[in-house]
Amino acid sequence: MVKKWSERIYLGVIFLFLYLPILVLIGLSFNNSRSRVVWGGFTLKWYASCFTDETITGAFFTTLQITLAAAVISTLIGTLAAIGISAMKRKNRSIMLGATNIPLLNADIVTGISLMLLFVKFMNLGFVTVLIAHITFDIPYVILNVLPKLNQANRSTYEAALDLGASPAYAFYKVTWPEIKPGVFSGFLMAVTMSLDDFSITFFTKGAGVNTLSTMLYTELRKGIRPELYALSTILFLFAFLLLLVMNRRSDKQMTAGSF
Amino acid sequence: MYKLKKQFLAGPYFIWMIGFILLPLAFILYYALTTADGAFTFSNIAAIADPVHVKSIVLSLKLGAICTLVCLVLAYPLCMILSSFRFRHQSFVVFLFILPMWMNFMLRILAWRLLLSNNGIVNSILAAVGIGHIKMLNTQTAVVFGMVYDFLPFMILPIYNSMVRIKPETLEAARDLGAGSFTVLVKIIFPLTLSGIISGVIMVFVPALTSFVISDLLGGGKVLLIGNVIEQEFMQGTNWHLGSGLSVVLMLFVIASMALMNVFDKDGGGTAVW
Repeated sequence: MVKKWSERIYLGVIFLFLYLPILVLIGLSFNNSRSRVVWGGFTLKWYASCFTDETITGAFFTTLQITLAAAVISTLIGTLAAIGISAMKRKNRSIMLGATNIPLLNADIVTGISLMLLFVKFMNLGFVTVLIAHITFDIPYVILNVLPKLNQANRSTYEAALDLGASPAYAFYKVTWPEIKPGVFSGFLMAVTMSLDDFSITFFTKGAGVNTLSTMLYTELRKGIRPELYALSTILFLFAFLLLLVMNRRSDKQMTAGSF
Repeated sequence: MYKLKKQFLAGPYFIWMIGFILLPLAFILYYALTTADGAFTFSNIAAIADPVHVKSIVLSLKLGAICTLVCLVLAYPLCMILSSFRFRHQSFVVFLFILPMWMNFMLRILAWRLLLSNNGIVNSILAAVGIGHIKMLNTQTAVVFGMVYDFLPFMILPIYNSMVRIKPETLEAARDLGAGSFTVLVKIIFPLTLSGIISGVIMVFVPALTSFVISDLLGGGKVLLIGNVIEQEFMQGTNWHLGSGLSVVLMLFVIASMALMNVFDKDGGGTAVW
């Protein structure tokens, strides 16, 4: 009994540590006072000014564009790559996978700087360079999600479909696709979350004038904290909550809990 | 025949990989090994021995190690408790513990700045109970706090995943054969979760070692990690060659810490990042 209670208390303490900062942000977003400790009554005015603030909305839409474009393109390239890699001989496969691991394991700051050094040689930094950088660090997540599904799939079924007269595209759509679909989807979602959260790589590859939410927040935080940012935090937290809830439902259906 | 054709599907990625993974690395190496007028030099790499840089890399290693240790100490019992719960909403509870990770990284730092600032909530509470003001923001402690908060889920996930893979029968067998809870922990649970621990340690230590934003925003420019030195070299200074040299050294530190951890990881199961 004592053990059970101490376990509960421990969970509670960690839970508090994780959520207290977020709850404070949510609370302050409704606070009708600029103070951080005094409650000045309930208001929605920070939400209103958050939606009309061009710095915030601009960064929000840039983030959305980059995240979605990078996730779609990297899912496409990554899925094709996974199919190709799975057909390779052992040696080539391990070379490809070794290179794929580089952006995953390397420090973000080094990845960002090395891409910047390449970009400034050939083009101006801007939206396109950020997009290329995001695709580059998204692809490995897609490959690592799709490849295990391909390895589980029965290879002879696809070949049997071809032998029985199916075109490669038809055989892929009817045989391979259903097997790898969950992997492609979770790879896509992981690419989305990685892009949404990235700061370091965007910071080094963006030019002047282009800002994602992360880099905009960095600039704002260095200047000082505006209450509109509390409203933004609350909205983004709800967004993350919904996104993760969808992912959680999916993984619940597929397999045991906890494996994202 | 099918196989050969299929391999070409990796073609676009192969080109992308050479262009945007390998070529940038070649660029950073080139910058690291040359001077501004293109002559070969080792001085950018050797610059790490400069006392200022030694100080920042030692500080990075120290704060990274503290952060990793704190995360491990917090996460391990948490995972044991979570995995021992066998109730219906288990996955939802785990979900609650990783949800904060999905909120924008910068906003989580913002939250801690609010909590720790001089007129912030923690200090108001301390003042109310009569302890008085403690300067918390812009210290090394604040940086470690922020790092632990940001990276804790990276420790929780791999350890939890390796913990739920242990079959309850294994633990029952150990107890039936007379092992006490301490023996079960040391001889059964710990070895079986070792690969999870190693993944967790790498996933926390590497970002903590290389971080520059957390130290910038919570350390107020007073805590100079090696990441900050590199960032300043690129964004404020103009010596990209020196910045590249230090980046290459940082990369070597990352590789070395991974190699070190892999020595402990005998079954090789810990390298999977997710």
